[in-house]
Amino acid sequence: MKTTYSIGVAAALCATSALAETPVLNVMTYDSFVSDWGPGPAVEAAFEEVCGCDLVFTGAGDGAALLARLQLEGKGTEADIVLGLDTNLTAAARETGLFAPHGVSADLDLPIAWDDPEFLPFDWGYFAFVGNAGEDAVTSLRALAESDTKILIQDPRSSTPGLGLLMWVKAAYGDDAAGVWADLADNIVTVTPGWSEAYGLFLEGEADAVLSYTTSPAYHLIAEEDDSKVTWAFDEGHYMQVEVAGKLAGTDQSELADQFLAFMVSDGFQSIIPTTNWMYPAKVPADGLPDGFDTLVTPETALLLSADDAAAARDAALEEWRAALSQ
Amino acid sequence: MLTLDGLRIFLGAFQLRADLRVEPGITAIIGPSGGGKSTLLSALAGFQTLAAGRISWEGQDITAAAPHARPISMLFQDNNLFPHLSISQNVGLGLGPNLRLAGSDKDKVAEAIRAVGLDGMADRNPGALSGGQQSRAALARVLVAHRPIVLLDEPFAALGPGLKAEMLDLTREKLSGRTVLMVTHDPSDARQVADQVILLADNVAATPVDTKEMFANPPDALRAYLGQAG
Amino acid sequence: MARGLVAVINRLPAWLAMALVLGLTFGTLAAVAARAELGRGVSSADWAAVRFTITQAIASALISVALAVPAARALARRSFRGRRALITLMGAPFLLPVIVAVLGLLAVFGRGGVLNGALAALGFPQISIYGFWGVVLAHVFFNLPLAVRLILQGWQAIPAERFRLTASLNGSVFRLLEVPMLARVVPGALLVVFLICLTSFAVALTLGGGPRATTVELAIYQAIQFDFDLGRAALLACIQFALGLSAAFVAWQVTPSQGMGRGLDRIVQRWDKGSVGFDALALTFATVFLALPLLMVLLRGAPGLFDMPNAVWAAAGRSVIVAVASAVLCVALALALAMRGGVAVSVVGVLPLAASGLVMGTGLFVLVYPFVSPRSVALPVTVLVNAALALPFAVRAIAPAVADAKRDYGRLSASLGLRGWDLLRIVVIPRARRPLGFAAGLAAALSMGDLGVITLFAGDAQETLPLTMYRLMGSYQMEAAAGAGLLLLALSLALFWLCDQGGRRDADT
Repeated sequence: MKTTYSIGVAAALCATSALAETPVLNVMTYDSFVSDWGPGPAVEAAFEEVCGCDLVFTGAGDGAALLARLQLEGKGTEADIVLGLDTNLTAAARETGLFAPHGVSADLDLPIAWDDPEFLPFDWGYFAFVGNAGEDAVTSLRALAESDTKILIQDPRSSTPGLGLLMWVKAAYGDDAAGVWADLADNIVTVTPGWSEAYGLFLEGEADAVLSYTTSPAYHLIAEEDDSKVTWAFDEGHYMQVEVAGKLAGTDQSELADQFLAFMVSDGFQSIIPTTNWMYPAKVPADGLPDGFDTLVTPETALLLSADDAAAARDAALEEWRAALSQ
Repeated sequence: MLTLDGLRIFLGAFQLRADLRVEPGITAIIGPSGGGKSTLLSALAGFQTLAAGRISWEGQDITAAAPHARPISMLFQDNNLFPHLSISQNVGLGLGPNLRLAGSDKDKVAEAIRAVGLDGMADRNPGALSGGQQSRAALARVLVAHRPIVLLDEPFAALGPGLKAEMLDLTREKLSGRTVLMVTHDPSDARQVADQVILLADNVAATPVDTKEMFANPPDALRAYLGQAG
Repeated sequence: MARGLVAVINRLPAWLAMALVLGLTFGTLAAVAARAELGRGVSSADWAAVRFTITQAIASALISVALAVPAARALARRSFRGRRALITLMGAPFLLPVIVAVLGLLAVFGRGGVLNGALAALGFPQISIYGFWGVVLAHVFFNLPLAVRLILQGWQAIPAERFRLTASLNGSVFRLLEVPMLARVVPGALLVVFLICLTSFAVALTLGGGPRATTVELAIYQAIQFDFDLGRAALLACIQFALGLSAAFVAWQVTPSQGMGRGLDRIVQRWDKGSVGFDALALTFATVFLALPLLMVLLRGAPGLFDMPNAVWAAAGRSVIVAVASAVLCVALALALAMRGGVAVSVVGVLPLAASGLVMGTGLFVLVYPFVSPRSVALPVTVLVNAALALPFAVRAIAPAVADAKRDYGRLSASLGLRGWDLLRIVVIPRARRPLGFAAGLAAALSMGDLGVITLFAGDAQETLPLTMYRLMGSYQMEAAAGAGLLLLALSLALFWLCDQGGRRDADT
């Protein structure tokens, strides 16, 4: 034990002294990815062990803010890779023309086929309403809309789960979406700017359920040994969030970026994801999912609009949502 | 000698003319209130711009000099001491615009404080002193500043008659040799200490006249001011 | 010639301060506009946001000030144990980061809060905090203490002689003294609260209950983050400026300019004591309303305090450094502006309040990005922006004291040759010491709680405490986040208290 420790220290010292010449790979991502509890620190350590490089994560706010940040930086961006966009944003991201093909062909474990040439998934999950165990679970969006159950949701204009719910209702109900939103309006306690506020309010007891992920109970179960949070399975199916990364065309570390993307769908990265980002890994690692994930709700139907469909539906769906909730 | 040469001050509708010389010693400025006595002092001190004319001291033109660059010390109607500074600091400001005093300067300050009878009060703040003592402290600053011209804009008006008389005598004693211009609304102040009197009435500051002569043969304007029938 | 040069040098700090404020407000706006492509302009939803913004800001200002008047009067005419502590406590909500305060408010007024628990136990129907009145409630919570302080200053500025005179005439203190004082002080207090609520963002979004509670600042956020429509963001920011400046103009028009005259700073002895019961009620109400949510923050945060990662302590250290630096800068700028005085200074004093924090951050980012890595300047930029944002409050606090010092001691100083730094050091700073301490404390605490530009600029090595707290919440670490929130509250209050006391220590007349 002690020996390993001193070897580790020695390695760290060597790494520091060699820092001046090591190439730097800049990865722009959302804040919670880089936090001490997020995947960032472990991913950084694991990749730096094999790449002989310095991996630098930059947190750029919420997931929804990531794309705006990239657009603001434009062609001059220092970032080599953007990690953390989801499929509702990839069409707009593609339109910036800043991304290059990822060139990775991996056998991914997604419930859907994946063939996007520019954006490569690193994890995914199902949006879901999370409630308290022992209370009556609601079984569909429609039933939720007709009930008195109180929920917390996020604003689709500032949060990726919020936008996900917008697409969920659209994917499930199409032209009837506006009607569903009108019925949902009286169930919504409030609309928060981001996931953190909504989840915080839910834990404070402000609502019966909160829009989050099917994987949220896994956090409470594994990290806190608390089985009081449950996911409500909905008959309409659950909308998916697929989180992707892309390589920037203007990178000056093209090979290193390719290496990172390949690493991203390997066990070294994927085994970190479940218990740090609390999402399903895009490729299940050799030793499987952690204990506790087997208890999670697995939706019968996975809903997902293609990137182009999502982009096309976005503005109209947003207007329906705004109109219904402004009554 | 202080010379006011063709001085003109316009303040809205009000105007004031002065064309006179002031000799060393105490010269009182008397006249009806609102007549411009304080305005004339303000002009001399450099707070009031002139419409025309020249002010000179010993032949040197000081019309355009900044207030502190004139050979003048001034005591105002109130606020002559900074309440947050000690008496010795207040007096020390007469020697220079910062609070860093060399050893010899400290001696000068202590001496001035002694001279005005404030022994042992150097470290107190003005708030801990009586009104009369505050006047003495302000006078001490004028002493150390050692400027040849001193302007007094009724600084003792708030004191009782006894204290005021005492301060006037102290002023006369300590400022002998300097050119002192003293505004007052009380003719007895002028009688008590002034060598000469300038009558300021009808927008004109008259040539200084010997005090005794002035009160023995008052001009019409002074009669009116003193309330004596013409 | 030489005098002209001296005058220019004397005016230089004020010019620099004004240039900085104009650069951070209009300059950043221009930078954002310059990056804009042709957008879709301002939509009907945006106009709805403008209407909502104005309505809630007016309601928040009126209610805050209406509640502040009786509380300030009680504080002005009663002396009791804990009065000073209460006044310090009054500073707390204003200094809190929004999310900490909102969670505290919800613990009291929310669906699962103390109030609804009590109502349910008594068999009453539940009340909901969310919606228009929830936004107003939160704004009143934030701004009531500020309004109390502003109005209390008005009461304390009435010279003791006036109370004596009124008593000897057997006149009504209320009619002869208080009404004229309020007429002078209330428009300014209304203006400040209105302006703060005008740029409200997270409060409206979290408590508003939905998109009908969209404020202009939120519309700006969405224009930038969601649509990347910088042109629309710039247009909305212009609308926000126009609203702020119009409000300022109205407030100045209705404010009578004559002061209360000077007294000799005796301790105010009053002969009208009024109803003790009413004063007690006003103070009890204000105290409970303000302290209960704070108590909740304390209770929620205490367990987390011992469970916080080291990153929180490092971030706390950075936040304190940033806070102290921006307080020093802010006070220096405010002093420079106050020494100059005049209308331009009043305008400059209002601009940062009406500015959109997001446009400011985005504009700075656009300006800085081509030259240096935003991360490398994250903390200096934060210091600069926080100083500018606190400037309106600092100028308001300092300017009257500086004006008094200049009026009372200007001629004496000039005749003694006190100029420039000597004038500041020997006369102005000692005379304005109390408001300087207050302004420094306010600026430091505001900076502590600010979660503005730092989000755009910081990497994880530049995290400030509010950002760390927010990132903790984003990682399911609610308990540690609550602990960080409590630490933030404690540090903000401590900084404020230290500066404020520093200003009072040995303070003489």
